Amino acid sequence: MGKDVTNILVCGVGGQGVILASGVMADTFLKAGYDVKQGEVHGMAQRGGSVVSHIKFGQKVYSPLIKMGEADYLFATEKLEALRWIEYCTSSTVIIADTIQINPPAVNRGEMEYPADVEDFLKGNFEKVYLIPATEIAKELGNARAANVVLLGAFSTFMPVEEAVWKEALLERLPKKLHELNLQAFEKGRLAV
Amino acid sequence: MKKVLLGNEAIARGAWEAGVVFASAYPGTPSSEILENLAKYEEIQAEWATNEKDALLAAAGAALTGVRAMASMKHVGVNVAADPLMTLSYTGIEGGLVLVTADDPSMYSSQNEQDNRHYARFAKVPMLEPSDGQEAKDFTKLAFELSERFDTPVMLRTVTRVSHSRTVVELGERQELNRPFKLEPNEQKYTMIPAFAGPRHRFVEERMERLKEFAEGFEHNRVELKDTSVGIIASGIVYQHAKEVFPDYSFLKLGMVWPLPEKLIKDFASKVKELWVIEELDPFLEENIRAMGVEVHLGKDRIPICGELSPTRILEAIQGKPFEPQIKYPNPIPPRPPNLCAGCPHRGPIYALKKLKLFVNGDIGCYTLGTLPPLKALHTTICMGSSVGMTHGMAKVMGKEALGKLICVLGESTFLHAGITPLLNAIYNRSNATVFVLNNWTTAMTGAQEHPASGYTAKGERTHAVDFAELAKALGVKPENIREVNPYKIDELIEVIKEEVNKDEPSFIVTKDGPCALLRRAIKSYNPPLHVDEDVCTGCRQCLELGCPALYWDPSKAGEYKTADGKVKRRKGVAAINDLLCNGCGLCYQVCKFGAIKGETEEIPIGFELQRPE
Repeated sequence: MGKDVTNILVCGVGGQGVILASGVMADTFLKAGYDVKQGEVHGMAQRGGSVVSHIKFGQKVYSPLIKMGEADYLFATEKLEALRWIEYCTSSTVIIADTIQINPPAVNRGEMEYPADVEDFLKGNFEKVYLIPATEIAKELGNARAANVVLLGAFSTFMPVEEAVWKEALLERLPKKLHELNLQAFEKGRLAV
Repeated sequence: MKKVLLGNEAIARGAWEAGVVFASAYPGTPSSEILENLAKYEEIQAEWATNEKDALLAAAGAALTGVRAMASMKHVGVNVAADPLMTLSYTGIEGGLVLVTADDPSMYSSQNEQDNRHYARFAKVPMLEPSDGQEAKDFTKLAFELSERFDTPVMLRTVTRVSHSRTVVELGERQELNRPFKLEPNEQKYTMIPAFAGPRHRFVEERMERLKEFAEGFEHNRVELKDTSVGIIASGIVYQHAKEVFPDYSFLKLGMVWPLPEKLIKDFASKVKELWVIEELDPFLEENIRAMGVEVHLGKDRIPICGELSPTRILEAIQGKPFEPQIKYPNPIPPRPPNLCAGCPHRGPIYALKKLKLFVNGDIGCYTLGTLPPLKALHTTICMGSSVGMTHGMAKVMGKEALGKLICVLGESTFLHAGITPLLNAIYNRSNATVFVLNNWTTAMTGAQEHPASGYTAKGERTHAVDFAELAKALGVKPENIREVNPYKIDELIEVIKEEVNKDEPSFIVTKDGPCALLRRAIKSYNPPLHVDEDVCTGCRQCLELGCPALYWDPSKAGEYKTADGKVKRRKGVAAINDLLCNGCGLCYQVCKFGAIKGETEEIPIGFELQRPE
């Protein structure tokens, strides 16, 4: 982390918990003493559309938006969504993506095909690619919806912030009855990279 | 204490710290979370208004008693509230009055990207523009101080990237004002008959002069002198983008975008070799700065007018060439537009309108998503209530020729906001307009806010709920032309709509028992998911015309198959149902002519089991 500001692009499909994952990141970086900004778009995106959130932390952050070509991390809760935002990346961007495939409407209707080479393309173009079956792991824990937290656990291992701070920020955003499940999901994620 | 707050949360926090006791709003992206957060403070009476004009008037009335009050809305909402705004500028205020406008450059969820900075100049009121959450909170408090100091409503302008960004904010304490209510007549100030409005206009012009003087020394109109080869004037979020791209140049950051500090701008211009004005949307600052006789070396000749700016777009504009990504995916990536949810109560009505091949005037709400394929059933969308008003005009000129061809469709929150008076207009002027209201019990598109027919206030208290059929009757729709329909029963929908659009009189159709499929408090239970019987499915794709996210095409089953009566036929694939997404609303079961869609039981439930407010 030689630069002043670290840029993380979080993306996925509406309803997958992209906003929650980015909210936990933002809270964590503040707790760790950094300036942080997170930009996202609400509204239409929640109806199953593409969702993207920009997170930047460092000593001083100006724009909440990441400059294209300057994402340090790409965090995708669905693999095709990772592909949609790769123009924000360079070959040294670290890719962390769930291997789950969620078909866009045109694929559901049989009008377009879901690209078959998503994983190969990512592996072939980036130096550090972590494809994690996060939804599968979360399902084994009892709730597929915790997939975002599995990925968050994996992602947290790359950050200069202690595990306890992550967990504190995570639990603050969740109702008590979900704490146990999400702590397990987070820990499984940390072991998945 | 420091906290990461959404820009809109920071505005709400600022209002609370400023001692606000009343707030009103109509939901609209990107403004909705302001009132949602205000409603959480017990010291603040926070309300969802019927529309933005009612929100501003309610806030103005509250402020007239001497307390601090706020109205918040999206940019196009200010168009609705503009009527009172223009004259509230003349009357001024007793307690502080702040109007928040949340603009939406790039139209993430809007019908236009109008630049509401023009309203400050138009209404002759000051406008503050924060660039992050900390400023959003601080400027909200400052706006109340300015309002009371200068006897004026104050506008606070945010954009999507401020309202919906989370940034670090230092929290403060609430200033409890405990002001006694005033009820003192002062008609020369508040009764704007011509004889009194004339002097008030002169007051407004004098106030503007005092505000200009104030702007010169306003601490948030800030000069940052560094490399003086280029000096950049910017405000709001654009300052943050530009500062990131050009950290070494000099800046004049304007916290107040109207009125402008002429001396400060001229002084800054004289200290830099080249003056750039970087701003989003219209050349508002640029034109006003040029009008001062100041030379602008770079402005809208390079910076795009259309769409939101970003660090990348500013860099592209100034370098004069598009960004070249290092990595590109060579093949098309299927788009993922927003879609009506699985089990959405709008899907049935929109499908029925499409089947009837009607010309459909649409409106502002989730049903606007019925414009996209495969439904493609809506033909106009202009503004809140436009569907009803325009349908009347079309029906009136076409007369009997419109029969069986024309309808309008809008949600109940939109109907209450701006659809009642145009329906009254259609009845009064004797057209044959048919108005179809989709009542889903909430303002869904903006995230489920309450409204005058939902039975709850913004604070969650129980309240009266409008009865739509009674309302239509009172306006003058004949009882036989008022129809309540179940939005999950396709045959019934088609039959009722067909009958009403063929009547040469105004008709009113409203859906019943179809709350938003995401409205937890209304839905007692969903149904078990349905499935496709692959032995029966012919691959006709009719069910896919519903555009349900739970339905998908499975081409792997293409080829010969045997029907129940033993015949061998060919098909290109089969339809399939994602059982994680399907909630068993029953629409696709009705659409399938071959009986290929089945449930766990012989009888398939249509719609969901509901729980009504007690």
